[in-house]
Amino acid sequence: MNDVWSWQRAAEALPPILEGFRITLLATVVGTAIAAVLGLLVALVRRSRSRWVTAPVGLAVEFVRSTPLLVQLVFVYLMLPSVPALVVGCVVLGVHYATYMSEVYRAGIDAVPRGQWEAAKALDLPRTRVWRAVVLPQAIRKTLPGLGNYAISMFKETPYLFAISVVEMFTAAQQFGGRTFVYTEALTMVGLLFLLASYPTSLLVRRLENRLA
Amino acid sequence: MPETTAPRDAVPSGTAPAPARATTTVQGAVPAIEFQGVVKRFGDNTVLDGLDFSVAKGDRVTLIGPSGSGKTTILRLLMTLEEADGGIILVDGDPYTHEIRGGKRVEVPEKRRRAVRRRVGMVFQQFNLFPNMSVLENIIEAPMHVLGLARAQATVRAEELLDQVGLADKRDARCTQLSGGQQQRVAIARALAMDPEILLLDEVTSALDPEIVADVLGVLREVAETTDITMLIVTHEMQFARDVSNRVLMFDHGRIVEEADPETMFTSPTHERTQEFLRAVLGD
Repeated sequence: MNDVWSWQRAAEALPPILEGFRITLLATVVGTAIAAVLGLLVALVRRSRSRWVTAPVGLAVEFVRSTPLLVQLVFVYLMLPSVPALVVGCVVLGVHYATYMSEVYRAGIDAVPRGQWEAAKALDLPRTRVWRAVVLPQAIRKTLPGLGNYAISMFKETPYLFAISVVEMFTAAQQFGGRTFVYTEALTMVGLLFLLASYPTSLLVRRLENRLA
Repeated sequence: MPETTAPRDAVPSGTAPAPARATTTVQGAVPAIEFQGVVKRFGDNTVLDGLDFSVAKGDRVTLIGPSGSGKTTILRLLMTLEEADGGIILVDGDPYTHEIRGGKRVEVPEKRRRAVRRRVGMVFQQFNLFPNMSVLENIIEAPMHVLGLARAQATVRAEELLDQVGLADKRDARCTQLSGGQQQRVAIARALAMDPEILLLDEVTSALDPEIVADVLGVLREVAETTDITMLIVTHEMQFARDVSNRVLMFDHGRIVEEADPETMFTSPTHERTQEFLRAVLGD
């Protein structure tokens, strides 16, 4: 263990880390899916004219946003002992990011020009068609880069799942280090894998942003 | 495209063709549109202050007047894009947004508003086509989802209309690929696809380059000649107003200051405000 860096130790650390990477990706994809759907629902519900609907939802959103993700994860995990940790992780990540994504949707919906609503009304389109055929297709186009950026943020926050014993990539590296005292190589691999996954994705999002702008 | 050569903003001369249609107001007939004491305020600004006027079925009425005189507000009230603060609007004798019941002015339920709104179509200054749809999809959207037509049926009608506005070859184009004049012609086809009894034209050429204004006006002239749709027109195209309409209302500060057939209005207006306005618009 004298060398600062050994390629052999790095190679040994890789298999468990890649297994953890699979879990990291899974949590990100499922979490993003939950956040994207729930975020849209929240954005739509908050447009309701009834304060009896908007006030409680607004309060819930503020609550989720004002408390740390880590606390939410541990709290829900301990409150629901019979639910598998990975499920808790995906749902909490999804709900947490839904509150942020709902703002992206709101901005996207607000950016649809008033003339579009007026033309839809002049054609007497039913409310559901106005949303499904006119407003949402235009709004969601504008929200894609914002949603993509939050998905990348979520990806980078998956190591918090460590706290609820989900063996994602970071936890896998920790465990490998604990067994073998090889931390440098293991954690370096984790950093590289995060970089390898999130940098190209963020480039993609930026390109999307430029194309839709 | 027929009649695309009419000079824009030409000073009306005695040799211009007389309007084809005489005033169709028939004693006792129910007017297509009737305003009774309509009030509209925006904040402290009262745009319409107890406006009364009516439009007979098949009339082509042009509303002229300086900006802020309430012309566009009248169209927007008829499309329920704005809500009147007072008074009653009737379409074919049916109360539209409000009615008097038991001596009180009450809102008409949305379901009945929709039944009335369905008879009214509108073409906007900024076209307002749906950019996420193709030209054809723009036109068949409402016939399919409002009138309940099958896609094939709606498409046949849409193709006829596209042919009528001279854009048959743009059927599958994205709206964003079209020029302003072409977009406006699609918007006209889209409104006509709903077979409106009343068509509202809100400064439909104001956003267009001068050289393509004639195309759009040509299309509208043809609509005026081949249908009996009641038309309410807000425009600065005085030659068009003269060709198409059979009645011109001059507005100032939310009131009708003068009303005449286009020939009289444009050649010998009597009210001082009308004379001033026409001088400014026609550029003498």
